[in-house]
Amino acid sequence: MSEIFSKVKNEIAAVLDKYPNGRSAVMDVLRIAQEANGGHLTKEALGEIAALLDMRPVEVNAAAAFYTMYRIQKPAGRHHIWVCRNISCSLLGAEHIIAYLERALRIKTGETTADDKFTLSTAECLGSCGTAPMMQIDDDYYENLTESKIDEILAEKGLK
Amino acid sequence: MEKALLKNYGNAETHKIDVYIAGGGYVALASAMKMQSDQIIQLVKDSGLRGRGGAGFPTGLKWSFIPKDPTIPKFLCCNADEGEPGTFKDRGIIDFDPHLLIEGMIIASFAFGASKSYIYIRGEFAFGAKRLETAIKEAYQKGFLGKNILGSGFAHDMYVHRGFGAYICGEETALLESIEGWRAQPRKKPPFPALSGLYGKPTVINNVETLSCIPAIISRGAKWFSSIGPEKSPGPKIFGVSGHVKKPGLYELPMGTTIRELIFDHCGGMSSDRPLKAVIPGGVSAPMLNANDLDTKLDFDSLASKGSMLGSGAVIVMDSSTCMVKTAYIINRFFSHESCGKCTPCRDGTPWLTKVLKRLEHGEGRIGDVELLERLCSNIFGRTFCPLGDGAVMALRGFIKNFREEFQYHVDNKKCKAA
Ligand SMILES: Cc1cc2nc3c(=O)[nH]c(=O)nc-3n(C[C@H](O)[C@H](O)[C@H](O)COP(=O)(O)O)c2cc1C
Ligand code: FES
Repeated sequence: MSEIFSKVKNEIAAVLDKYPNGRSAVMDVLRIAQEANGGHLTKEALGEIAALLDMRPVEVNAAAAFYTMYRIQKPAGRHHIWVCRNISCSLLGAEHIIAYLERALRIKTGETTADDKFTLSTAECLGSCGTAPMMQIDDDYYENLTESKIDEILAEKGLK
Repeated sequence: MEKALLKNYGNAETHKIDVYIAGGGYVALASAMKMQSDQIIQLVKDSGLRGRGGAGFPTGLKWSFIPKDPTIPKFLCCNADEGEPGTFKDRGIIDFDPHLLIEGMIIASFAFGASKSYIYIRGEFAFGAKRLETAIKEAYQKGFLGKNILGSGFAHDMYVHRGFGAYICGEETALLESIEGWRAQPRKKPPFPALSGLYGKPTVINNVETLSCIPAIISRGAKWFSSIGPEKSPGPKIFGVSGHVKKPGLYELPMGTTIRELIFDHCGGMSSDRPLKAVIPGGVSAPMLNANDLDTKLDFDSLASKGSMLGSGAVIVMDSSTCMVKTAYIINRFFSHESCGKCTPCRDGTPWLTKVLKRLEHGEGRIGDVELLERLCSNIFGRTFCPLGDGAVMALRGFIKNFREEFQYHVDNKKCKAA
């Protein structure tokens, strides 16, 4: 077992306990591996997970590809920003929020800043429509966004 | 109306079990465990409770489909995937009142004999997932979960299963596939989950709000519940209002409240002096209504008779500055992004709709595009494996029906009339 997996051994044992078989734990184990590895999944990790859960590697890859929150391609920045672009946020200016973030971070949506600090993505409705416009950074929600609020949040997260 | 679902909403303490108990929590569980399981199911039937996840299926009836054989293991799955755009009500319960949901789930499980339950919560709700995990631990410590609950001999285990970003997992059979670790694509029905659900065992899938109604039905009685709102669609209901209103947010009101009352009496009216143009009454899959429909009651049957639906109770309000083509494009882009890929009409049809809407929105519409959209809708509707594709079509048809001239204006003038 690789270093990453031995670090989260207990967490993995706990999620395996929830289900009658290993396969059902695949989503939890992928999440735990992704978190332990700084926000993305490596090929090796996917292979290890398949062996651990007694699944075929293609099945684990398919699971990781199906859900938008797993990162199997390029490593994401240290902070991942997801801006909601769906209806309620759009009615209250999501497009403007996205454009403002692109300018502030000097990247386009889908890109990562040169210092690897931030990745900017759009998201579909994040279930926070009554406090639109909103974005999620890593695990946290930021709601009722304005330009000055965004400035504060980015400064707090270490934007220079 | 004394609140049953949002009474603790916004409270920074009520997620803790001692605070919840001090407020009368878990009394309903103790009462329920003194009842026969059939009596509980009958009570829920008598209350008239219909599922709050979208389809409005009678909850007591759903539970009664579960086979009575005590030797067969049974499951309860709580649908906390909350992915229908515009919807944010279940999160309001989970974040502030997780024990209300857990209490409802234990009572439901006791009623039809489920030994295990899973709460399927969307991946982005990391905060809510942690809230639930902590609350479940607390419930074990107090003896509300685990073996021999409250000395009744009934045993039950509860787990949180986190999604990771896929709207389709809200569809109940895709949700089951996802828990089992397969590709989250809907299953063929029949067999229905009540006979063959999770791991092939009898399973009930209920929405968060549905299950959170149960403790109050036990404590206050079926009559209390059924006397609120319309006879065939009764009870308290959470409306999640977003868009161009002064005070967006969650409102617990009687079923059958009119759109006008909701927006103008409760949400403080429109957010500016621009007039109301359109309302989507039940999440984006629900066909829109216009300014002439404001006296429509928000309940399952009234909205169905208007050709729309209550869905998740997410009310999205748009004022006169809203471009209908752009809004239709945003909604359709969502559906094509979330199409799970299992069936062709949805997998190929929804991106095609998006492509046409996109060019209309970008001033590149072609003559005949509105008719093309309608033709594409006919080729998708009723031909998809699950209701996702139908939802996309119903939404778009609602836009075209109410604002056809605006779509045509985009074709003829290569720009927008509203903006
Ligand atoms: C595409 C699609 C997405 C759905 N998303 C949700 C959802 O996020 N939450 C939910 O409770 N029900 C959702 N449903 C409805 C569920 O399939 C199911 O009917 C519901 O969870 C049953 O619970 P109830 O009887 O308590 O309403 C969705 C249905 C479809 C077709
Ligand atoms: S539309 Fe943005 S959170 Fe729902």
